[in-house]
Amino acid sequence: MGKPSDNNYISTSSEWSFELIEKYDEAIAKIAKEYKLDTYQNQIEIISSEQMLDAYSSVGMPLGYNHWSFGKQFLNSQQNYKRGQIGLAYEIVINSDPCIAYLMEENTMMMQALVIAHAAYGHNSFFKGNYLFKTWTDASAIIDYLVFAKNYISKCEERHGIDEVEKILDSCHALMKYGVDRYKRPPNISAKEESKRQEEREMYMQQQVNELWRTIPLNQDNQDEVFHTQFPDEPQENLLYFFEKNSPLLEPWQREVIRIVRKIAQYFYPQRQTQVMNEGWATFWHFTIMNTLYDRKLVDEGFIIEFLTSHTAVVYQPPFDSKWFSGINPYALGFSMFQDLRRICESPTDEDKQWFPDIAGSDWLETLDFAMRNFKDESFILQYLSPKVIRDLKLFSIKDDDQAEHYHITAIHDENGYRYVREQLSLQYNLSMQEPNIQIWDVDLRGDRSLTLRHIPNQHIPLADSTESVLKHVHRLWGLDVHLYSVEENETLAEFHCPPLNTEKPE
Amino acid sequence: MGLTHIIDRRLNGKNKSAVNRERFLRRYRQHIKKAVSDAVSKRSITDIERGDNISIPSKDLDEPTFRSGHGGLRETVNPGNKDFTTGDRIAKPSKGQGEQGSGQGEASDSGEGVDEFVFQISQEEFLDCMFEDLELPNLVKKQLKDTTSFKYQRAGYSNQGNPAKINVVRSLQKAYGRRLALTGKKRESLKKLELKLMDLESSTEDDTTEIRTLKLKIEKFKTRIKKIPWIDDVDLKFNQHVKIALPSTSAVMFCLMDVSGSMSKMHKDIAKRFYILLYLFLKRNYKKIDVIFIRHHTSAKEVDEEEFFYSRETGGTIVSSALKLMNDIIKQRYPAIDWNIYAAQASDGDNWNGDSPLCLKVLREDILPQIQYFAYIEITKLEHQSLWDEYESLSPEFPDNFAIQTISNESEIYPVFRELFSRKESHHG
Repeated sequence: MGKPSDNNYISTSSEWSFELIEKYDEAIAKIAKEYKLDTYQNQIEIISSEQMLDAYSSVGMPLGYNHWSFGKQFLNSQQNYKRGQIGLAYEIVINSDPCIAYLMEENTMMMQALVIAHAAYGHNSFFKGNYLFKTWTDASAIIDYLVFAKNYISKCEERHGIDEVEKILDSCHALMKYGVDRYKRPPNISAKEESKRQEEREMYMQQQVNELWRTIPLNQDNQDEVFHTQFPDEPQENLLYFFEKNSPLLEPWQREVIRIVRKIAQYFYPQRQTQVMNEGWATFWHFTIMNTLYDRKLVDEGFIIEFLTSHTAVVYQPPFDSKWFSGINPYALGFSMFQDLRRICESPTDEDKQWFPDIAGSDWLETLDFAMRNFKDESFILQYLSPKVIRDLKLFSIKDDDQAEHYHITAIHDENGYRYVREQLSLQYNLSMQEPNIQIWDVDLRGDRSLTLRHIPNQHIPLADSTESVLKHVHRLWGLDVHLYSVEENETLAEFHCPPLNTEKPE
Repeated sequence: MGLTHIIDRRLNGKNKSAVNRERFLRRYRQHIKKAVSDAVSKRSITDIERGDNISIPSKDLDEPTFRSGHGGLRETVNPGNKDFTTGDRIAKPSKGQGEQGSGQGEASDSGEGVDEFVFQISQEEFLDCMFEDLELPNLVKKQLKDTTSFKYQRAGYSNQGNPAKINVVRSLQKAYGRRLALTGKKRESLKKLELKLMDLESSTEDDTTEIRTLKLKIEKFKTRIKKIPWIDDVDLKFNQHVKIALPSTSAVMFCLMDVSGSMSKMHKDIAKRFYILLYLFLKRNYKKIDVIFIRHHTSAKEVDEEEFFYSRETGGTIVSSALKLMNDIIKQRYPAIDWNIYAAQASDGDNWNGDSPLCLKVLREDILPQIQYFAYIEITKLEHQSLWDEYESLSPEFPDNFAIQTISNESEIYPVFRELFSRKESHHG
């Protein structure tokens, strides 16, 4: 590139300007294209730190309905920021088309370039390419849907009062993680259709529900075996969906609110499943792109040193016994894995050839692209975590059995341990293992219409103390008695009831 | 992929979270009120008019979700092994929940593990909370009774009025309408004549006599049309203003304090805090407020704020001197018709015995009938003396605008204040 010894630095000062951002973006876009990154169109927005705080508290949604919990989030970030406990993340990126990336005005020129590479080309291409995002989210419709949601909720507040709406939202938020179909593919959300169909749906749903209950007195005459059929036929994992469709006492607008929360939960579901991959991918690309800028002498040494300082901090993984340790840093793990994947392709060792015969020595761009498109954290780790990364991070697996007196080291970063560590780490990113498995089990159609939920414990792990309070929210959504049983191998380990059962009177 | 759009959003509103923040404050009103109340009792006086850090126990703000509890069997992968090897057993920390570090699921995002959730509220919000549910006694009565202050408000248009209030647009509109209405027929005929004239002029040139008569006729119509006045008295429209009675928005507050030898610094400090609370509270209710400081020992004197709070005196106490002075000032400068009058008197209860009945008399006959509210606070830990007893006998007579309370230490100032001004349901009627 260029004449040797000569340079064509885009800039040399740390001050940014719109013109420079444009120039950097052009240079980065060019490099991204060479690396075959396929992205949505970019929209880069410059915001102030106050606006960044705002963006924080709306969980990264560019606009959201109003709720006190977002206010709490805001006050919390604001306070922490003021005290200097946290720096602001220098970027927020929205999975939408065009893909919106925020740059903070306080950033230096280097940071702006870093964020552009990271968010506008890294995350952006991940949003566009990864199968989960393609299946679960519709980037072109999300903004419109959020507008619809915001307007609908504020209309409800006008009509039914802030308190009423707040109550139902509180309950929905408590069950937000139980508002996704893990296996079914959801239909695309389209805001226009959504508001058009919303009224029809109101009418229809109410009818449905009424229908469900109307059959009861009719069938009471010929009580027979048929009646022992369960409702629902099969246990339901999507609690919010179940309430939206079947809860007997809700008003149409309340069902619509449930639906909104459910849809938004669904939109964020892929992000929760691809933290390591998504951040790893974006970090890998900002690293690669920034270095390419330097190799081509588009940036000077000061720039690249400032970059490396910041990059190193981002991918630092504190050891388990450090006071900075708070679990595995997804940036560190993801970055190491993609970086290593490239190494396996470009300069495989004998170990790599043995472990990854298919990809050792293959075209790295194709291999990485394939990995980015077809996996989520859990499967990505199971597929690609290499012995080298395990060694580099010195990963080890530890078992904590409440029945045992000691912790037990089950595997470390050695020949015998690689596979085991890999499987365990993969499980750690399996959301259905991490979140208690709770399903709608039965509705007592014959009796008091009470709802029974079942918790199927994983590895004997019980439910936390918060269960009682969550059950109150379930009760609010169902409107009638709610029971929750923790059942392991046909043995009931714990039960919760809302309202609480009448226990025998104390003497 | 198209070109990147780069947008400067910095000028867009930055208070997107304001509504959510307010929702939060609304939900935790009770907590915040308690925190404010604690702050008020603890803070020094000059500090009161400021925002504050509010802290609420985190557990009260919890948003519950289904979560895994302690126990069971869990296996986690962690980084940074130093000297463990497979098969090692490590003693668990002695009982209790020492399970941290086992990177369970997602680490919490919001300062978990901290017991208090701390955030800031502004001065405005602080005061709002401080005075919530409080009410100025007798404000309603005053509004109904005294209609001495007025405001003019536009109330459409009228046909009469003084020239300064002519509404030009309306008047001209009306004149135009009148002219149109009165000249309609004439102009119709005029038009016909003119058409006829044009016809004649273009067809023949001989018919001059007919043309001439036509022209005359036309001329006649024109002058008649012109005679319709361009603007007439009946057209005139005037802006109308009506007089609206306004509740008096100016208030005067009398601060009466005993500065005799028996009043220690502690007494005065408590009194001062009480006055500041009262002042802030009144300020939120009235646009304009005067404060009159009267201090007394054996004789009373009107002073400025500085002197009121800080200078020391010695000697005996004659309370009635202050009451008399207050009454005089009302008469001279703050007629009850125009002013909402509030008074607070702080004392340690000491008075020259023979003076107490006199106080009672001044209060009953002169002061209480014309003022909004009189609050007497006695700062003492001792037995009440004659002044209290006399005052107490007044309470039943003036249940609405007279109150007495005791404060024995600083922490009671705010509760007593709230007690004095708490909203009473049964008041109206």
